[in-house]
Amino acid sequence: MTTRTRSKLELDGRTVRHARSLARKAGAPVVKLARTHTTVSVERAVLRLAGLAGADVEGIPWVNRTVDAVRADCGLEHGVALPVWDALLRDGEGDLTVLAQKAAAGSVQFRVPEGKDAVRARKAATVAVGKGIARIDRNRRERERLVRRLGDPPKPWIYLIVATGDIYEDIPQAQAAAREGADVIAVIRSTGQSLLDYVPEGATREGYAGTYATQENFRLMRAALDDVSKELGRYVRLTNYASGLCMPEIASLAGLERLDMMLNDSMYGILFRDINPIRTFVDQRFSRQVHARAGIVINTGEDNYLTTADAVASAHTVTVSQLLNEYFAKEAGLQDWQLGLGHAFEINPEVPDSFRLELAHALLARELFPDAPLKWMPPTKHMTGDIFGGYLLDGFFNLAGAMTGQGILLVGMMTEAVVTPWLSDRDLALQNVRYVFNAAGRLHEDFLPRHDGFIVQRGHQVLREAVELLERIVDPAEGGLLAAIGDGTFGLMKRPADRGKGLDGVVKQAPGYVNPATDLLEGTPR
Amino acid sequence: MTGAGRIVRPYGDTTGDGMVQLSFTLPLPHDKRAEGAAAQLANKMGMDPAMVVHAKAMGPDFTFFVVYGPVHHLVDPTKVNIVEREYPLLTAKEVNLTIKRALRRPLVVVGACIGSDAHTVGIDAILNMKGFAGEKGLEYYSEVKVVNMGAQVLVPELVERSRAEKADAVLVSQVVTQRDAHLHNTREMSAAFNEAYRSGTRPLLVVGGPRFDETMTGPLGVDRIFGRGTTPGEVASYLVHALAGGRAT
Repeated sequence: MTTRTRSKLELDGRTVRHARSLARKAGAPVVKLARTHTTVSVERAVLRLAGLAGADVEGIPWVNRTVDAVRADCGLEHGVALPVWDALLRDGEGDLTVLAQKAAAGSVQFRVPEGKDAVRARKAATVAVGKGIARIDRNRRERERLVRRLGDPPKPWIYLIVATGDIYEDIPQAQAAAREGADVIAVIRSTGQSLLDYVPEGATREGYAGTYATQENFRLMRAALDDVSKELGRYVRLTNYASGLCMPEIASLAGLERLDMMLNDSMYGILFRDINPIRTFVDQRFSRQVHARAGIVINTGEDNYLTTADAVASAHTVTVSQLLNEYFAKEAGLQDWQLGLGHAFEINPEVPDSFRLELAHALLARELFPDAPLKWMPPTKHMTGDIFGGYLLDGFFNLAGAMTGQGILLVGMMTEAVVTPWLSDRDLALQNVRYVFNAAGRLHEDFLPRHDGFIVQRGHQVLREAVELLERIVDPAEGGLLAAIGDGTFGLMKRPADRGKGLDGVVKQAPGYVNPATDLLEGTPR
Repeated sequence: MTGAGRIVRPYGDTTGDGMVQLSFTLPLPHDKRAEGAAAQLANKMGMDPAMVVHAKAMGPDFTFFVVYGPVHHLVDPTKVNIVEREYPLLTAKEVNLTIKRALRRPLVVVGACIGSDAHTVGIDAILNMKGFAGEKGLEYYSEVKVVNMGAQVLVPELVERSRAEKADAVLVSQVVTQRDAHLHNTREMSAAFNEAYRSGTRPLLVVGGPRFDETMTGPLGVDRIFGRGTTPGEVASYLVHALAGGRAT
């Protein structure tokens, strides 16, 4: 935001502070869980940061082979770093890929080293992982340099989606979208990648409703956008998804390949993909530490709740989730400018005063998180195939975005729920955005809702309901956040902590657990 | 003025004027020739005369058109193929009562998203308590036992679970349609059930999704296809009609 507009909702500062402290109270036990557990994907991310890439002939990545071998030999309670670098030092060859191949063939026996061996292994692991972190640091500086040199587009950043399944089709589409005005390109992942417990390798040309997130695809797309950024004289950002079972690895690859934004929600995988809650929170904390270091802006997924739950009745669950996402993000080291907290324009257009309600909700998010960019999502649930009505609805969505200073505007398509966007759909959608921002982009300067009016009161009401829900969540009798997730508080999905996908990849840390990546990211060796 | 039984044409503002609107993109730079090409296409599609009312360049290589004009085709509403609902819509109470009387046990429904499809929106709308369009899902029905297996279920797992639960009906939803995934997955599923069960004993197979053609049950090997906007009540009424012999009396 260039100028901090004065408060329109006149939120009570004490209530806001109370809401934040409740979010902290709700989230703290989960952070404790995350600090005392590890997952197969966190351990694989450690190896990726140390430079282990590639896959065997069956396409199983070497990081998976290695972590599985370590787990079979000596368990993951101490992390992979100690056993792997102990084996490397004993092996003499010092090459991670060779070690991975040997491990897959069963010719290496991993152990948890002790005493001097442990000290040496830890030191070697820290040096190796440090190289990956240094590359992430270089990428961050490179982004800052390019943004300075090429220019940063004004907010809101126009966010467009590409999803062909084929990275070599995605590239020209993404470049075309950037030329048409996109500031952010999101490459939607192939359906189902979130539930793969490995990251596919290489450039991919086959995906369903999206393109696989792979390190090579990341590299190809970032290079293509660098070209088009230079041509256009503005830095075009690239987005992907740090979600699903491989969240920590994908976050690491994003840092290594200079992606700029990542979808990364604290609860989305639990609620919408039935991924085990503990797995998600452990993976999420690590991935957010990487994002913090890499200067990546995260986008959270509160919009999704409103696609299943009612956007008016459940408005406060969005606020609660934003507060939780903020707490988890800051705990992991992210700063306000990196918090693309999500919300959406999903109120049924048949509801009387639906636009006033949308304005109230959008303003509440804006004023509760004044320094966060906020990711504003277009209508999807009430896009019915009536493309003409949908175009109007998208116009109102853009108007609400303009009036409430949203930072990242996902461009709504009138053919939502009909086809994956055509070239013309994207062009029409961008015309819609341009018209609204040209006509009313500075309307927020004149717009001040009546202080006792409908919008202000609705904003206060949603905040009050959010505080009440948080109070229930932290009530010891209710069992805390995990219990709330278990009984369907968010998005109406019930996800108990002892179920869900990826649970078998969660391991409780032993007292001597070592993770050089976490140590480096937290800046304090434990 | 009902349409059935008489020949009709599209209606702009006068009966029989045949007016339609059309929009499309041609991979041509915007100039006079491109507009002529758009008129030619509309002409070949039966619009005569074709009025190119809007043409806009989209980048250097593409042009978007809006075309208006009359078509001369005649439409005979009596020769339209549709799937008419052949069963009455029942309330939840009636559904429960019918199951009680006809089956004397709960009706077992196993649901899943199969293949790579991770979009459980459809199956959840029908099965979850929350339901869809103001109607509660099948979980709400006291006489229906729902087993929702969630997303990305493998067909063999679905068959196995259906056997274990003694499913009366299997509900599968498919949202992703890229490369006709929804059709491949459905055929794979019906083939697996036909193989695993003795003929005539397999559960009722029902698929749903926004892009299915409801008349395709035969080629896909399923008993019923539900398209977009289907509500839980319609599905429940159908299941009772097909499995419990229809209406409570």
